[in-house]
Amino acid sequence: MLAASQLSVGYGQSQVLHDVSLAVKPEEILVIMGRNGMGKTTLLKSLVGLLPVRSGSIKLGALEIATLPAFERVRLGIGFVPQGRMIFPSLTVEENILTGARGPVATSVWEEIYALFPVLHQMRSRKGGNLSGGQQQQLAIARALVTNPKVMVLDEPTEGIQPSIIKDIAKALKEIRRARKIAIIVSEQVVSFMMELCDRALVIDRGRFIYETNRDQLDADRIRSLLAV
Amino acid sequence: MLAYSASELWSIFIMQGFAGLSLFSVLLLMALGLAIIFGQMGVVNLAHGEFMALGAYVVYLCSTLVQNHAPALQPYYFLVAIAIAFVAAALLGLLVEWSLIRYLYRRPLDTLLATWGLSLVLQQAFRSTFGAREVTPTLPDWLMGSFKPTESIDIPINGVFVMALTLVLTGAVWLFLYRSRAGLHMRATVQNRAMSGAIGINTGLVDRLAFSLGCGIAGVAGAAFTTIGSTGPDSGSRYIVDTFLVVVFGGTASLLGTIASAFGIAQGQSVCEFFLQGTMGKVAVLLGIVVILMIRPQGLFASKVRS
Repeated sequence: MLAASQLSVGYGQSQVLHDVSLAVKPEEILVIMGRNGMGKTTLLKSLVGLLPVRSGSIKLGALEIATLPAFERVRLGIGFVPQGRMIFPSLTVEENILTGARGPVATSVWEEIYALFPVLHQMRSRKGGNLSGGQQQQLAIARALVTNPKVMVLDEPTEGIQPSIIKDIAKALKEIRRARKIAIIVSEQVVSFMMELCDRALVIDRGRFIYETNRDQLDADRIRSLLAV
Repeated sequence: MLAYSASELWSIFIMQGFAGLSLFSVLLLMALGLAIIFGQMGVVNLAHGEFMALGAYVVYLCSTLVQNHAPALQPYYFLVAIAIAFVAAALLGLLVEWSLIRYLYRRPLDTLLATWGLSLVLQQAFRSTFGAREVTPTLPDWLMGSFKPTESIDIPINGVFVMALTLVLTGAVWLFLYRSRAGLHMRATVQNRAMSGAIGINTGLVDRLAFSLGCGIAGVAGAAFTTIGSTGPDSGSRYIVDTFLVVVFGGTASLLGTIASAFGIAQGQSVCEFFLQGTMGKVAVLLGIVVILMIRPQGLFASKVRS
């Protein structure tokens, strides 16, 4: 579905990703685990087009997208939920969702979103900046959903969010995958969230993948030890 | 000052108030355009006044053409001329953004220099085309004259017309910004440019649209200006400082703030000028603004949300 090969990305003199390759299959949930500063955000941002790649290729289906600007990649089917959520603070919840849409949003899509995240319906006329962290996270997912993605990319969706909402988000993501039949890439530090969600997990360390496992061989302790400092 | 009776004072107050309303209209239209451009892309457009002058010259051209070729249309041309002034200024804005501004984003000092240079180029272009002398379009008869609600009060009709035009245009801008998808994309881009791109908004296109819209509104300001003054090559530059004042005073991201501050500045100047004579009136208003900005550096109206 989405495949990156031999990606090299960096800032100025320092290189962050070293020839990283990954591929996500249709309807697969891939979780990328890693400590802070290991390259998770850099990797996801370069997939979406917020960071330029130095070398390597990114393919969506058969289409090479590594040189396209972010907005064209999104329109081709990469939905993005950034770290820190990046809600438009002075737009209302409804307006925030509309920013992701091209043309009018079908009633069925509104119903889908409000069924996934009932709290957004209650809050629909509030300013995005006045929502709590968990509500903003749900809003960011809803906003990415209306871009009609084939692959949804989420950067640390559990960061700064209370445990009960984390469970809701895991449930919502699985529901989105089931209903929409899309692939999902999530970067994470919370092992329980990964255990709940993933079909396959990768561990990134200093800009390289050091471990890969499928759900049936998932070993939480092994991953915890890889994440330990 | 004490030589006026109470009823005379009242009449003066009303008339200066209406004179202020005309100034308010021009300032508001100018400031709207400038605020859109500055708010949208952080570009300080020093050539904004020249887009206004362009609008004024377009009205003058239309007036001359109609007079020479179709005098029968004389009563109606002004309305069409306003629309043409908008389109002409918007098209020039489009061209300027495409050929100059888009290479200078995130380089505020360079855009300052570039747009200042552009303003000089445009002024000279006006001077070469229309001559250094000020020109005045022949306004249709229905815009002339005034009505007198009382013996000592004189309210010019052109002032009322300009006021109405400004209200309609401000309403249209509000509708565009807050009720249309393009307006939504503009507001999103202002708040977070990178994220807007990552949600599928073509921010480059939004910038171009915003710049050209801002310039088009300045063109209409120019058309409105022809009813209260005559147009010279440097007419625009005489308004640009006041316009910046309006934008800074009102708080850049707020339509309401822009309106309130344009009103306050125009009325303040108009009323003070009568009692204190020209320059002193300006000084008084400026002092007032400086004091208020010291207390509220973010301008009159700043939006309150956590981000």
